[in-house]
Amino acid sequence: MVFVFTFYDLTLTERIFSSSALFKSKSFFDWRAHKNVQVGVKWLLWVCSRCSASFRQMAALARRGASLQPLSNMSVYGPVVKIHPVVLASISDSYERRNEGASRVIGTILGTIDKHSIEVTNCFSVPHNESEDEVAVDMEFAKNMYELHKRVSPTEVIVGWYATGFDITEHSVLIHEYYSREATNPIHLTVDTALQSGKMNIRAYVSAQMGVPGKTVGVMFTPLSVKYVYYDTERIGVDLLQRIRLATNRTKGLTSDLSQVGGAAARVQDMLATVLAYIEDVLSGKVTADNSVGRFLMDLVNKVPTISAEDFENMLNSNINDLLMVTYLSNLTQAQIALNEKLLLL
Amino acid sequence: MSTNQHGASGPAQYQKSNCFLVLSQVVLKIIKHYQEEGQGSEVVQGVLLGLVVDDRLEITNCFPFPQHTEDDADFDEVQYQMEMMRSLRHVNIDHLHVGWYQSTLYGSFVSRALLDSQFSYQHAIEESVVLIYDPIKTSQGSLSLKAYRLTPKLMEICKEKDFTPEGLKKANIGFEHMFEEVPIVIKNSHLINVLMWELEDKSTVSDKHELLNLSSSNHLEKSLQLLMDRVDDMSQEIVKYNTYSRNLSKQQQQKHQYLQRRQQENAQRQTRGEASLPEEDITKMFKPPQPPPRMDTLLIAGQINNYCQNVKEFTSQNLGKLFMAEALQGHN
Repeated sequence: MVFVFTFYDLTLTERIFSSSALFKSKSFFDWRAHKNVQVGVKWLLWVCSRCSASFRQMAALARRGASLQPLSNMSVYGPVVKIHPVVLASISDSYERRNEGASRVIGTILGTIDKHSIEVTNCFSVPHNESEDEVAVDMEFAKNMYELHKRVSPTEVIVGWYATGFDITEHSVLIHEYYSREATNPIHLTVDTALQSGKMNIRAYVSAQMGVPGKTVGVMFTPLSVKYVYYDTERIGVDLLQRIRLATNRTKGLTSDLSQVGGAAARVQDMLATVLAYIEDVLSGKVTADNSVGRFLMDLVNKVPTISAEDFENMLNSNINDLLMVTYLSNLTQAQIALNEKLLLL
Repeated sequence: MSTNQHGASGPAQYQKSNCFLVLSQVVLKIIKHYQEEGQGSEVVQGVLLGLVVDDRLEITNCFPFPQHTEDDADFDEVQYQMEMMRSLRHVNIDHLHVGWYQSTLYGSFVSRALLDSQFSYQHAIEESVVLIYDPIKTSQGSLSLKAYRLTPKLMEICKEKDFTPEGLKKANIGFEHMFEEVPIVIKNSHLINVLMWELEDKSTVSDKHELLNLSSSNHLEKSLQLLMDRVDDMSQEIVKYNTYSRNLSKQQQQKHQYLQRRQQENAQRQTRGEASLPEEDITKMFKPPQPPPRMDTLLIAGQINNYCQNVKEFTSQNLGKLFMAEALQGHN
C-alpha cells in the first residue's frame, strides 16, 4: 500500500523544480483541515486522462471553468434535461420485466422544472398495450401512481414520459398528447435498451408544432441536450456500481473499511503508473511533450506540501495519538458493557 | 407462492438465507430518497420488495414511505402500502414484501421503535431484514449499507414480552446476540452494465475522492458525543437497577423480621392460652418492588457496542490514511 513518489528522480521535473520558487517556500497549514491529497488526486486524474489516448475526450469534458458542452451533436433548443442515474436504472429494470410480446415499455417521469433546465429525479412505468393500429395506456393507473408518489415527495411533478426503444412512432404522438394534458410542455425521453446502434442512446425531445397553420398541422419532436447529474452520495453509489461492472461475475460485496482505503490507494497507484509511463515516453522522445500536461504535472507535484520533517513528525504523531486514544476508549467501553452483562447474569 | 413453501419448512429455513443480493437500482433509490427527503434529522424509511431464490434473499425493488407529518399517519401507511404493491404488480415488479430500510445518522439505530418494527416484520415474514443506510459514512467515500435481522433468541423474548431480569437471564441473551448482520452483495444486471458504460462515457471525470480525505475530526467528535450520551443513559439504567435490588433485599429483610415477630407473638399467646392471631397475607403488606425492564438496557448496550465498532473502523481507516500521507512526504 505504500507507494514511493519517484517524481523527484526525473530530470524533467528536476528542471522544473529548480526554477520554481514555490518549491523553496515552506508554508504551514492546518494538517487536519487540508484536502490536498484529495485535490492532488483530482489533478492526477486530469493528467492521467490527458495521457492515455482513450481518455482524451473525457479530459476535454473535464476542463473546469466552462460549463459542460452539450454531449449530443444535435442542435440545442429549449431547456437542458438533467437526468439522475436512478431514473435510468429504473427504466432498464422495467424494460427487463416487460410483458411477453411487448416490444417497449413506457412510463411517466417526475422531476422539477427550473427556468432553463428540467431535472428528472424519479419515474414509474405504466402498463400499456400497443398493436399495429391502436395504443391503449392505462391512464387511471398513471394518475394513481402519481398520487402515491406525491405523498412521499411533494415537490416532484410530472415532467414528461419515457419510452424504451430507438424510434419515435406514431403512437408516441398520441401518448405525448395525453401527457401534454398532464404537464405543460412535456419531455419525451427515449432510452434505447435494445441497443440498436450498439450503444444505449438516451435522448430527450420536446414537441413543437409544425406545418401550415390552419391546414395540415403536425407535431415534430425536437431534440434537447441531456446531461447527467448526481448528488454526492449518488456519485459514490454509481462509482461502486461502475466497479461492480468491472468485476467478474457482476457481483461485489461491501468490504470492510480499511480494505476500502487500500482499494482507493491501489487505484491511485494505477493512475500514477499511467502518468509515469507517459513521462517515460516523453523523455525518451516517443511522444511530443504537451505543455499543458507539464503544467498539470507541476501543480500536482507542488500539491505535496513541503514541511520540515520535525513539524510533520509532530503533526503526524499527535494525530496518531488522538486516534489511538479513541480506539482505546471505545475498547474500554465495550469491555465495560460486556462486564456489566456478565455480572447481571450471575 | 414462495413464501408458503418456505413457511411450511418452519424454523429450519432461518439458517438458510445467509447472504443477500441487492440489485443496483435499489441502492440508487435508497440514496436518492435520503438525499431528497431526509435533510432534517428524521429518519427516512421504506419498504423492500424481492424474492427468495434458492438460499438467498434477493431484493429487486423498493419504494419509500412518506414521512409522518400528519396525524392520520397510520391509516395512510397501510393503504399506501397496499396500493403501491398492487400497482407494482401490474408492471411485473416483485411485490413480495421482504423487509424494510431505514436511514441512520452516525450509526444510531438500535432503538425500541426499530426493534418493534423489525419484530412485527419478522414475525410475519421469516426472511425479513432491515437495511440500514448511513448517508454520512457514504458521503465520506464508501457506500455504507448493512443488513440486520433479529436473532431467534431475541424473537422469542419479544414474543413473550418478558423483559424482567429473570426472563432475560433465562434466555441468556447478551447485547451481541441481539442482531445478526447478514452480508450484502450488490449485483448489476446486464442492461445496467451497459448503462454504466454509457454513463462513464458521457459523464464528467469522477472528482470525488472523499475516501482519501484526511480531515476527520468533525465526524469523530460527533460520534464520540453520541457515545457519551449513551453511556450516560446506561449509567442511569444501572443506578435504577441497583436501587431496585437494594429495595428488594431490604424488603426481604423486613418480611423476615415481621414473620419472626409473628411467630414470637403466636408462641406467647399460646402460652397464655389465647387464640393465635390469624396469619395475614404478607404479600399484601409487603408489595414487592417492580423490577425495572431490562430491555432498554440491552438496547443501550447494543447501541454503545455499535458506536464503538464504528469508531474503531473509522480510526483504523484514518490511521491508514495518515501512514499514506507520511509515505507521500518521502523519507526526508
